[in-house]
Amino acid sequence: MTTVVHIPADAGSVAVGAEWVAVAIAELAAARDQPVTIRRPGTRGAFWLEPLVEVETPSGRVAYGPVAPTDLPGLLDAGLLDGASGHPLYLGTTDEIPWLASQTRVTFARCGVIEPLDLDAYRANGGLAGLERALAMEPAAVIDAVEQSGLRGRGGAAFPTGVKWRTAAEAPATRRYIAINADEGDSGTFADRMLLEGDPFAVLEGMAIAAHAIVADTGFVYIRSEYPHGVRIVEEAIVAARTAGWLGTDALGPGRAFDVEVRVGAGAYICGEETSMLESIEGKRGQIRPKPPVPAISGLWGMPTVVQNVVTIASVPPILAGGPAAYAELGVGRSRGTITAQLAGNIARPGLVEVPFGATLGELVDDYGGGTRSGRPVRAVQVGGPLGAYVDEDMLELPVDYEALAEARAMLGHGGLVVFDDTVDMAEQARFAMEFCSIESCGKCTPCRIGSVRGRELIEQIIRGEEVETSHRLLLRLCDLMEHASLCALGGLTPLPVLSALRLFPEDFGLAREAAHVV
Amino acid sequence: METGHRRRREREHDETPLDSTYDHAAVEAVLEAHGRDPARLLPILHDVQGRLGQVPRGSVRQLGRALGRSRAEIHGVVGFYHDLRWEPAGRTTLRLCVAESCQAAGVRALVPLVEELVGCRLGETSVDGAITLEAAYCLGLCTCSPAAMLDAEVVGRLDESGVRELVAAARAEL
Repeated sequence: MTTVVHIPADAGSVAVGAEWVAVAIAELAAARDQPVTIRRPGTRGAFWLEPLVEVETPSGRVAYGPVAPTDLPGLLDAGLLDGASGHPLYLGTTDEIPWLASQTRVTFARCGVIEPLDLDAYRANGGLAGLERALAMEPAAVIDAVEQSGLRGRGGAAFPTGVKWRTAAEAPATRRYIAINADEGDSGTFADRMLLEGDPFAVLEGMAIAAHAIVADTGFVYIRSEYPHGVRIVEEAIVAARTAGWLGTDALGPGRAFDVEVRVGAGAYICGEETSMLESIEGKRGQIRPKPPVPAISGLWGMPTVVQNVVTIASVPPILAGGPAAYAELGVGRSRGTITAQLAGNIARPGLVEVPFGATLGELVDDYGGGTRSGRPVRAVQVGGPLGAYVDEDMLELPVDYEALAEARAMLGHGGLVVFDDTVDMAEQARFAMEFCSIESCGKCTPCRIGSVRGRELIEQIIRGEEVETSHRLLLRLCDLMEHASLCALGGLTPLPVLSALRLFPEDFGLAREAAHVV
Repeated sequence: METGHRRRREREHDETPLDSTYDHAAVEAVLEAHGRDPARLLPILHDVQGRLGQVPRGSVRQLGRALGRSRAEIHGVVGFYHDLRWEPAGRTTLRLCVAESCQAAGVRALVPLVEELVGCRLGETSVDGAITLEAAYCLGLCTCSPAAMLDAEVVGRLDESGVRELVAAARAEL
């Protein structure tokens, strides 16, 4: 009998050697006359254990990790293919690894479990139940369900998904579009990438449900060029879904076509902003459009367009399948359901943690993350990507909740947490925030295009100790201007990391604590 | 309105011969494959660059004419996106992530070494045309920072010896 072995094919696993491990296991097992079938799912997100090798046994999957090719002869001797427990890399049954078992996997339930393009396995693990349920409902009832679930956009803006769908459905139009934003450019985030590579059918199923709800016939998935693996897998998934009949002609019922096309970005962070992305899909410079009108009223080619982040749209099928009430039961306040936090930077146990809203930042950084990888104290955590605020240790008590973080002058963004130890120079981080904005500005509005350059210069002056007080005062005024006068979040939020660094770590700028508190 | 009309007419009747410094047929084939759909400009430009290694400056006229868009528009789109290049890249492209997660994991200390080993600064191509070195702002490999991509190959948990191996691999690929 052949033993089934699972080794992730996710880019984050391959980057630490999963490909070599897969090749080596096949060769070593063949040399020992032990037949193995190698399966390549996405990743479960426990990246600190990657490459994670899972072996199917009568009592479930047994895990070993992190496995280097050089560990394999020893592991095979110790009975890896029988799921034996003798080796130091033995982790027990995968589902019982505390780091994974304590999570609430809703959106990422299948990620890392099934092979991404295995439609039978997708169906066997709950896939397509949501679409089937939705197609048996009136479009308006589907929108009601999404609204009742309390789902809000996971890309960063946290706008209620049901409201967006209702707006698009009610806007008079001859055509409507679905556009999925997979231009995941925030450093410290990789949840979209994991889904694209690990569970692409969930994204397509969510799109089909949205298409039924707002009566759309065309969808786009806009994927950044830095994700070539994701592009390939989603393109193959689209072909498979067409073959199976749930994309293409009559996908949503007789005479109800819905098809999806992948669009590849070309290296522009700003295209993660929804209106820039729409311009880019139309074949133009990725410059932002002033809002209003919102895309739900006037999006692609002037038609109502529902723009959703990858994680948001992949959360829709389980909401339809399990009912909105079950989803809404999770979470706190107005943040319902689960948040997929992504732990990155200088962290001992990096990875993806899906838990109900309400967990504290500290639980994520310390309990799941295990503190810094360097072993030094945590000094700062940037929450929500390059446009998110830095928080210090005292703020780690904050719950992961859109409103609570906003009140503390921080934001959740797409859920990325980048941890820095005590060697970080926060003045340099603030300078980089402005520099990044100047590199990636689309140039449409002056506060962002020019303000970011002036901001970088001012911080450089402060760092050099030149006219510190004047520069500091000017910087505060500039940040205020950028925040209120920029057309989109790039210029509008860049002040967030800058001001938080100034407020919490004035000593790094050579400023007295009292001086910084005028912020 | 008047000028708009005249401009459009000029475009349609633009008989200026295409410049001879690039492969017209290759661009024509790409345009054909995309049905000359102006909304598909980005995929068209990706494919032109895929075949020719660059978007030749001279091709702007041919693209504009085929897609019914002005040369300025095409030029503006090519110039906007970091990935699209007027000049060909080196034979391999090494993208080093220098965004926050990789900064937290120490990439700043690795940049001078990479630049020294490759023999050019980030954003440049080595004099022998072997390697284009690029700064990336997140490759989505933040769980194994510092990370890099050598063409489509992903590499994580870079340290000094990892960087040496990576640059050696980039040279070996030639």
